[in-house]
Amino acid sequence: MTQNDNAEDILAIAANWKAAGEDVAIATVVETWGSSPRPAGSRLAITKSGKLAGSVSGGCIEGAVADAARQSMASGAPQLLDFGISDERAWEVGLSCGGKVKVFVEPLS
Amino acid sequence: MKSAILTRLQAERAAKRPVVLLTRLSDGAQLLWPGDEMPAELVEASKAALGSEEAGNVTLGDDSWFIHPHNPPLRIIVVGAVHIAQAMAPMAAPLGFSMVVVDPRRAFASEERLPGVTLSTDWPDEAMEVLAPDARTAVVTLTHDPKLDDPALDAALKSEAFYIGALGSRRTHAKRVARLAELGHGAEAMGRIHAPVGLNIEAITAPEIALSIMAEIVAARRGAALGAVRPIPGVTE
Repeated sequence: MTQNDNAEDILAIAANWKAAGEDVAIATVVETWGSSPRPAGSRLAITKSGKLAGSVSGGCIEGAVADAARQSMASGAPQLLDFGISDERAWEVGLSCGGKVKVFVEPLS
Repeated sequence: MKSAILTRLQAERAAKRPVVLLTRLSDGAQLLWPGDEMPAELVEASKAALGSEEAGNVTLGDDSWFIHPHNPPLRIIVVGAVHIAQAMAPMAAPLGFSMVVVDPRRAFASEERLPGVTLSTDWPDEAMEVLAPDARTAVVTLTHDPKLDDPALDAALKSEAFYIGALGSRRTHAKRVARLAELGHGAEAMGRIHAPVGLNIEAITAPEIALSIMAEIVAARRGAALGAVRPIPGVTE
């Protein structure tokens, strides 16, 4: 039943990257308010080499999350990131949908 | 996330068992339920999250925990390894469904025609007994042959399947309803059968019909109010 495994299994992709010797971090949407595009539980896997799989938004904050992920891979410490229209950072990265999300970023160790 | 937790989580998911990943947001400490010891509040939150299929947050003392349920994939049991079933197969997995195709006609139910799909060449009544459809299962009959479709529909109507669909015109369905009534199914049971199957998108080709069926199954799963046209803000008729 291999093909019936969820084709969007971000954890499996992350595990494969790790097994191949990559540095990997996993970002997860842990809370949303308003019209955020991806529900809590949505995941993005990131490698130090720049690979991305999955999503935590419609594409607006993935770049900023990837930057934070690289910091977490270097430090070994997880981070809780806040994005929203009340947050200055959101203007920088442009959460244009007007929602708010909290994203947890953790290195895969 | 530690590799050991990820390995355990993936093993539970591969075995199609429901499992919850709990993460303490202050330091990233993680637990799995069932399996790890944890306070009763977290056990209750885990059970609730699996039931609602929604991830959420729980505050316990000074700690905030993220409760992330991982239910096994929903199932679609398709009776009839026909062209439409072939078109449904590649759509199922990305939409979060595990698909099983039942067809005792071995010329149809071949690995070559349906690569990667679980196949059963049992008669539908026997197959349905083994597959035991539950509230996380959709059942779709596509053979047009009452000998194959009717036993599957009979079993589906006796189950809690969240979606039951049957291919065939209104006239075919009227005859089908009469036959199912003889098996003891009442009006309420008949109302559970989506027939003609699929959303009305004027589908003609097999992939179009497959799309309309998959869309109707997703709508049933998500509790969509079908038939209502979504209003466009600021536009009045």
